[in-house]
Amino acid sequence: MVNNMLLEIKNLHAGINGREILKGINLSVNKGEIHAIMGPNGSGKSTLSSVLVGHPAFKVTEGTVLYQGKNLLELSPEDRSREGIFLSFQYPVEIPGVSMVNFMRAAVNEHRKYNNLEPVSATDFLKLMREKRAIVDMDSKLTGRSVNEGFSGGEKKRNEIFQMVMLEPKLAILDETDSGLDIDALRIVANGVNSLRTPQNTTLVITHYQRLLDYIKPDVVHVLYKGRIIKTGGPELAIELEKKGYDWLKTEAGE
Amino acid sequence: MKAEQQYIDLFTRYESLIRKRSSEVLNKYRTGALADFERFGFPSATCEDYKHTDVAQAFIPDYGINLNRIDVPVNPYDVFRCDVPNLSTALYFMVNDSFYDKVKPEVKWPEGVYVGGLKAFSEQYPDIAGRYYAKAAAGRDGIIALNTMLAQDGFVVYVPEGVTVEKPIQAVNIFRSDVNVMANRRILAILEPRSQAKLLVCDHSIDDVKFLATEVVEIFAGEEACFDFYDLEESSRSTTRFASFHVKQEASSNVLLNGITLTNGLTRNNYYIELNGEYAEATLCGMSILDKEQQVDMYSHITHAVPNCTSAELVKNVLNDHSAGAFSGRILVKEGAQKTAAYQTNRNLLVTREARMYSKPQLEIYADDVKCSHGMTTGQMDESALFYLQSRGIPKDEARMMLSVAFTADVVDHVRLDGLKERLHHLVEKRFRGELAPCVGCRGRRP
Repeated sequence: MVNNMLLEIKNLHAGINGREILKGINLSVNKGEIHAIMGPNGSGKSTLSSVLVGHPAFKVTEGTVLYQGKNLLELSPEDRSREGIFLSFQYPVEIPGVSMVNFMRAAVNEHRKYNNLEPVSATDFLKLMREKRAIVDMDSKLTGRSVNEGFSGGEKKRNEIFQMVMLEPKLAILDETDSGLDIDALRIVANGVNSLRTPQNTTLVITHYQRLLDYIKPDVVHVLYKGRIIKTGGPELAIELEKKGYDWLKTEAGE
Repeated sequence: MKAEQQYIDLFTRYESLIRKRSSEVLNKYRTGALADFERFGFPSATCEDYKHTDVAQAFIPDYGINLNRIDVPVNPYDVFRCDVPNLSTALYFMVNDSFYDKVKPEVKWPEGVYVGGLKAFSEQYPDIAGRYYAKAAAGRDGIIALNTMLAQDGFVVYVPEGVTVEKPIQAVNIFRSDVNVMANRRILAILEPRSQAKLLVCDHSIDDVKFLATEVVEIFAGEEACFDFYDLEESSRSTTRFASFHVKQEASSNVLLNGITLTNGLTRNNYYIELNGEYAEATLCGMSILDKEQQVDMYSHITHAVPNCTSAELVKNVLNDHSAGAFSGRILVKEGAQKTAAYQTNRNLLVTREARMYSKPQLEIYADDVKCSHGMTTGQMDESALFYLQSRGIPKDEARMMLSVAFTADVVDHVRLDGLKERLHHLVEKRFRGELAPCVGCRGRRP
């Protein structure tokens, strides 16, 4: 049997500043699947995404994470990226003075170098930028500016998706990418995600609401609560959550 | 007066030689300068504005001075490979503190324009030189007095009324010597009304001995004159420089000063800008990239003497290792200087715990209808920005470099010479990568 497992999290405990937030996460994701992770505020959704991309503020105290059979927790943030993991940040950072073009060229070339490929030529790069920009309907004025500087909330999220389609990750993690987006922007984000959909590409959608899941159809839905996954189901679980809220699950979890 | 005495003795002993090898116009100020020097002495560390630089200490060692104006055996055109080539500037050299006149660029300047050595200029045009020389930079401090006492030559740009000099002028100060040497440099830029010019001055030290420089730059911008002055220091760790820039601006003139320190030992830059005519505009930019034991101490004093003038100041420092920086920025708005707009920004990036930055903005306002602002920040690199870049596959060191370059980018963006701007962006990046290779001509230079 071919091993189709992309990500395997076992008994993951992690926290920040000595406070434990993830209290034993178990999660398996196969290639080509879309998983949604839902849950009320403060349940650990963003901590999980930060740990997966190696944010230095978060410390893993127990458990393992295998990514394509490798020990993910040993890799530096840049190597995780070059191995195909991408996080669409909930709060993208503004970086004045670093142009989008330079930033993306550096990123693309670092990925190529990792895979023993020559740096992309200037003309090919600009062509690539143009193509990918079209997918997320992003104005060339935005890519001509410094990274996220002066971007509106929606533009920042769109820029995250633009970077995602540029880097074509194997595992994309969308951390509340839908928050604060109007319906058009939401459609564009979904369009970006769906454009990457192949039997090899996997997406982890972290969200509060069912809204984004109307556009990005998940195969599996998990509910994260107090640092643990308390329920896993199909797409219908998201709809149920939208109708009934989280309280019934809290009761089920014994509270 | 221990540090001062050797210079007083030297001057007394060699005064006639100093005078013989210079010009009438320059000689006229020596006696007064000596009196000033005896009165002021070197600025003391107890003086508020010199808290972070021990001036006397720098002047105590015995340096040679080329009072007899003996030719230094060097052809700068041979030994020097400029870091900012292909700018199509008209390229001139000063070796230590002598104007190099053996080879000069082949340029046909517009009628009446003079670009060249100060000694020759003041001999040929004593009236013009006499009207301006030492008129902006007198009676301020002991270093300027010492320079005026000892300076025998220098570089001059004279642009007569209504003339625009299209071609940028570049003057390269070369320190070249087999023994420790002191140079007393002088630059005089005279922009008569409605004239325009751009000057780039580069400092290089091409030997590994100790160099000490005093530099006095005087800039006169007449009505509606427009002048850019770029000062790029790429000297050595054993170079100490005390420079002062004195700018007098008339109505509707526009002056840009941009001082960039890429490599040095110890540098003190003083800027005195006087806006004496309405609607005059001054931009003062500064930037230094420091590591190891490098030091840059910048002081600025911008005076708004009349209404409706604008000044903007932008100074950035990146400090690595044990380097130290100081910024003291004073803006004086005189009584009646209404509708003044004066902005000052100083931002400093400390890369290590050991690096030190001392920053002090000072606004002194005696008018009631003005727009003045100042902002100062000193801090570390933004960790969240660093992580953001890393999370896209960019290695940490590279990400640091990108953020450092970005931090200083707006100072370089103020350059109004396109070729120079591009080149500077490139040089700054090389500097941060630690790849600022010694020039082909700079023997033994270790940046």
